[in-house]
Amino acid sequence: MVCDLMKAGQSASLRKLFDEIGPVDCVGIEERVAKYATRSIKKVAKVWGLKTAVSMLDLTTLEGKDTPGKVASLCRKALRPSDDPAVPSVAAVCVYPSMVRHAKKHVAGTSVKVASVATAFPSGQAPLKTRLAEVRAAVADGADEIDMVINRGAFLEGEFGEVQDEISAVVEACGAAALKVILEVSELETYDNIRAASFLAMEVIRAGDFIKTSTGKTSLNATLGNNQVMIEAIRDFYLDTGVAIGMKPAGGIRTAKQSLQFLIAIKETLGDAWLTNKRYRFGASSLLNDLLRQLEKEKTGAYQAPYYFSEATESY
Amino acid sequence: MSRLPITKTPKVYVGGAFIRSESSRVFPLPDARGDFFANIPQCTRKDLRNAVEAAAKAGPGWAKRTAYNRGQILYRLGEMLEARAAEMTAALIRFGAPKARAAREVGLTVDRLIYYAGWADKYEQVLGSVNPVAAPYFNFTVTEPMGVVGVIAPDTLPLLGLVSMVAPAIVSGNTVVALASERHPYPAILLGEMLATSDLPGGVVNLLTGFRKELVPTFATHTHLRAISAAVTASERKTIELGAAESVKRTHFVDAEKTDWFGDRAQSLYEIRDFLELKTTWHPVGA
Repeated sequence: MVCDLMKAGQSASLRKLFDEIGPVDCVGIEERVAKYATRSIKKVAKVWGLKTAVSMLDLTTLEGKDTPGKVASLCRKALRPSDDPAVPSVAAVCVYPSMVRHAKKHVAGTSVKVASVATAFPSGQAPLKTRLAEVRAAVADGADEIDMVINRGAFLEGEFGEVQDEISAVVEACGAAALKVILEVSELETYDNIRAASFLAMEVIRAGDFIKTSTGKTSLNATLGNNQVMIEAIRDFYLDTGVAIGMKPAGGIRTAKQSLQFLIAIKETLGDAWLTNKRYRFGASSLLNDLLRQLEKEKTGAYQAPYYFSEATESY
Repeated sequence: MSRLPITKTPKVYVGGAFIRSESSRVFPLPDARGDFFANIPQCTRKDLRNAVEAAAKAGPGWAKRTAYNRGQILYRLGEMLEARAAEMTAALIRFGAPKARAAREVGLTVDRLIYYAGWADKYEQVLGSVNPVAAPYFNFTVTEPMGVVGVIAPDTLPLLGLVSMVAPAIVSGNTVVALASERHPYPAILLGEMLATSDLPGGVVNLLTGFRKELVPTFATHTHLRAISAAVTASERKTIELGAAESVKRTHFVDAEKTDWFGDRAQSLYEIRDFLELKTTWHPVGA
């Protein structure tokens, strides 16, 4: 992420917004997150962290080749990730809208939620009417949570009213379903923009809804840096308004070690109240395998081969 | 004019890079006269874990290379060692090897590499087979590399012993994580520098230095190591056998004292076979 100082070229609407919310200390953020990687989390704390990370997972499959069968196996894994009963279920399975009804069959009545990406994921480039219809269809099929993408084009044009109006419309279409607003940080380009977009979204969503880093479909995904910008925005918004918004980093978090670093960031920025899957989620697919692998290592004391924990990787 | 000598910081060769131990620990290594020589990395089980990850990453690419190419690369490693034979010999002498034996050890190490390089595109013809079956099938057995192999090298002949154990494992497409001699680790560090210039892809051979007491139990239990080739004491052997049973890995023990490392019997096709899986396939005879 580029450390971009306030530029003369910024639109008037963005400058006005920063007068209210304040810009990001870019160097400060980078320095802060570099420290998270130096924390030493061992033994009991590590096992707690790994299990908590499992319980915060949105186990995701978002591929053109998804089938009801593949989603069914994902759901079974979500419900019971390990043969060790001490390992909890994950928070949710995250699928495309057409797969919601297939997923719902398997997890209905359990703690595992069905999350669906909607609103012309991942680009969001469809008419608003179409995007809202997609949200309603997913909710009608049984989605408990909706992951929407914001209109980045409108945001970068400075049309903040339009961005917020669209999010409001999706909130309405969601009904009882929780909403996660994907900012797609890689397309926002600067930390300042991420903070601005976080606030725009938080102003119109409800307590218990989430803001989310990325779709996982672009080159740059969740990093400790943009996670930090967003959770500091959540903290500032909470202190101002008393409304607690959740956070979901997604894409690029593949190792247990990374996930522990994200949990450290939460603990040290938002506190224990956010260390729950009601307020923090990981969007990931391969992370679960590494979490299970590290949990097994903690349990047995022996380093584990990755091929015991994944469905389809080479077995060298 | 006098100048300050620039001393080398010995580092271990892991994943194609020269690294210190993740723990930053080192142990002092005196030379044969008892003078301080250098601080050697005291690798930890985390370093071993990282080395296994590096070896597993390098494995598929190495195994996919043609047998001929793997042979060429092993031969190239022999060339690199031959070119720096004087430096290696001096290192062996500095740590107590008699002059004539040191020169012989280096020369024979090169020869051993050439020997296994030669086998690279030949062992399959000898170990594989076409099997007679009482049905209309071609039935044939082919060899496949096992994966990541752990090597624990002997203290006697720290260079020749190490190479005699590593070369037959990698020639077939396995990758190796090796623990160098605890008493004489420096030749392995020097060997790492030659590996780095030998066209051998990074991660195929990973050399650690450190204490056996700390590392042997992890070698034994790590489930990602498919096999272990070890020149160890009786009690270490027991540790390895118990760990290997738990993690289902093949063991190959070498008696470092009884082995005549200089002899022809220390090199053999069967050393290659011990780190291969045999796969038998039935293929219908076409009309």
